[in-house]
Amino acid sequence: MADMIVGEQKANRTETQPGLFHLTLTRRKVMWAYIFLAIPIIFFLYIRIYPTLFAFQMSLYDWNPLAAEQHFVGLENYQTLVEELSSDKSVTRAAFVNTWHYVIIGMPLQLVLSLLIALMLNEIRALQTIFRLTFFLPFVTSTIAVSWVFRWLYQPQIGLLNVMLKAFSLPQQPFLRSPDQALYSILAVIIWQGLGFGVIIFLAGLKQIPRTYYEAAEVDGASRCQTFWNITLPLLNPTIVYLVVLQSISFLRTFAQVLAMSNQGDGGPLNSTTTVVLRVYREAFQRLNMGYASTLTITLFAIILIVTIVQLRLTTRSTE
Amino acid sequence: MDITQQPDHLPMRPYRSKSRTDFRYKALSYLCLMLIGMTMIVPFTWMISTSFKPKPETRRANFFPQEATTENYAYVMTETELPRWYLNSIIVAVMSTVSVAFFDTLAGYVFAKYQFPGKKIIFIMFLSSLMVPTEMLVIPWFIMSVHPPIGPTWVDTYWGIAFPGLITATGVFLMRQFMQGVPDELLDAGRIDGVSEFGLFWRIAVPLSLPAIGALCIFNFLGNWNAFIWPLIATSAKEMMTLPVGLQFFSSENGSDWHLIMTGASLSVIPLLIIVIIFQRYIIEGITLTGLKG
Repeated sequence: MADMIVGEQKANRTETQPGLFHLTLTRRKVMWAYIFLAIPIIFFLYIRIYPTLFAFQMSLYDWNPLAAEQHFVGLENYQTLVEELSSDKSVTRAAFVNTWHYVIIGMPLQLVLSLLIALMLNEIRALQTIFRLTFFLPFVTSTIAVSWVFRWLYQPQIGLLNVMLKAFSLPQQPFLRSPDQALYSILAVIIWQGLGFGVIIFLAGLKQIPRTYYEAAEVDGASRCQTFWNITLPLLNPTIVYLVVLQSISFLRTFAQVLAMSNQGDGGPLNSTTTVVLRVYREAFQRLNMGYASTLTITLFAIILIVTIVQLRLTTRSTE
Repeated sequence: MDITQQPDHLPMRPYRSKSRTDFRYKALSYLCLMLIGMTMIVPFTWMISTSFKPKPETRRANFFPQEATTENYAYVMTETELPRWYLNSIIVAVMSTVSVAFFDTLAGYVFAKYQFPGKKIIFIMFLSSLMVPTEMLVIPWFIMSVHPPIGPTWVDTYWGIAFPGLITATGVFLMRQFMQGVPDELLDAGRIDGVSEFGLFWRIAVPLSLPAIGALCIFNFLGNWNAFIWPLIATSAKEMMTLPVGLQFFSSENGSDWHLIMTGASLSVIPLLIIVIIFQRYIIEGITLTGLKG
């Protein structure tokens, strides 16, 4: 019985020469796939995966790049983080609270504003390209250049904004110099710069809504408000979820603007603008406290991961 | 066909009033867009205006400089490292864009057109790297740069600034999507004609996906041009800084010399803006593509 099957297989193999050729072709293709992917695989393992694991490892050490040997401290860095987060006066707590403010105020404002602009752009024909370009330019400009331009606009007395306030005989504002206003001044710049991205994504989303829906609504005599709430908004849902996540993550990572716009790049005045990433930068590269800085980045990573997972949940539900 | 059966009032719907509200919405839209557009443009024009002012005039709020001067530009171009920063930025951005264009396209092609064991795991490994923020990797990258596996330190070298961005997961994903549209019959016909596997990629797949590669290149170039946190960490010598890092360094050094800071900002921004204006259609397409699918 067994002999017969083997015999049959042998017969099959000798009979189908092209199949044999096919087999070697498949094998050859597999070989070439691995050859083509060799460098990318090594790259991702060595430049992405390994450093990720390395960051986790560093967070368990009292890591100082200048020391000859690194001390394993277990979860001590995480303990320090929890202690700092629960103490009112700590810079780390300020960094997390500020970052939360950047996200929770900045993200919705940016979202609503860019949706409004996209809706208006969608309304018009003439000059659409030029307007779109106008909103888009800040987005492709270097953040550092933008930040310094606004730092100049925000200057007391000689800055354009205070000059304009004076012209309308309104009181002068300290903007970046005041612990109460600095965060919002920086936030305004981030929103200003990021609007264009939201506008472009929303425009693309609006274009995907079939015209027939609007025609049907018009035939039914729906008002503009009704059309917006019942057609545009629900159909834009995937775009909105996508932007909420992307913008939240980008606000969570706020760094360059604060470095460029606060005095000495210290997240001042009085730590009122400092962020988690700025804290990471200063801990790691100015105080050389890399173990603790890694702990902070892992916390940030965890937050971003949660935001992403919530998005995946939401989008899969909305497409069901 | 059913039109005759519609309720009587429907065809009577006043189209004129509809078009009148349409007009009102249009006018309102133009007005709002104009106002918001102004706030987008004014900072740029103010930056340029300041850059042509001599220092005492920065204290006055006139838009057109009374004694317009190009001295600021001469100063920044000759007395600072800005031309060098420009060169560095170009070298780093070109280096990473060429690498991304080649490797992302190749990897995307393999994921789209080849079947091999472990394909799924490798693809997931690539994509999972998108979850990890750069900020988490900069510290390990820095340690790796100070003590590289072979050779001298990577700090203050072009390789050191560019290496994290030489292959990108977004690009691989984007190119895989695009390469799926390359017909298998074409590749098989090539195989029968004895074209090598690399030849199939280089002479059939690549020419068919040039638009996507173009979008990827522009997008990647912009991203590298404006990249800040890693170049800031990877460079300490003035002459190795990229443009954003150099601008940050220069501006912090010149605290209140706003005419010079605005000149530096103008010089770093304007050439790129011109390129963006020329290529705006492709850039916006690229962003929509990577934005919606990434």
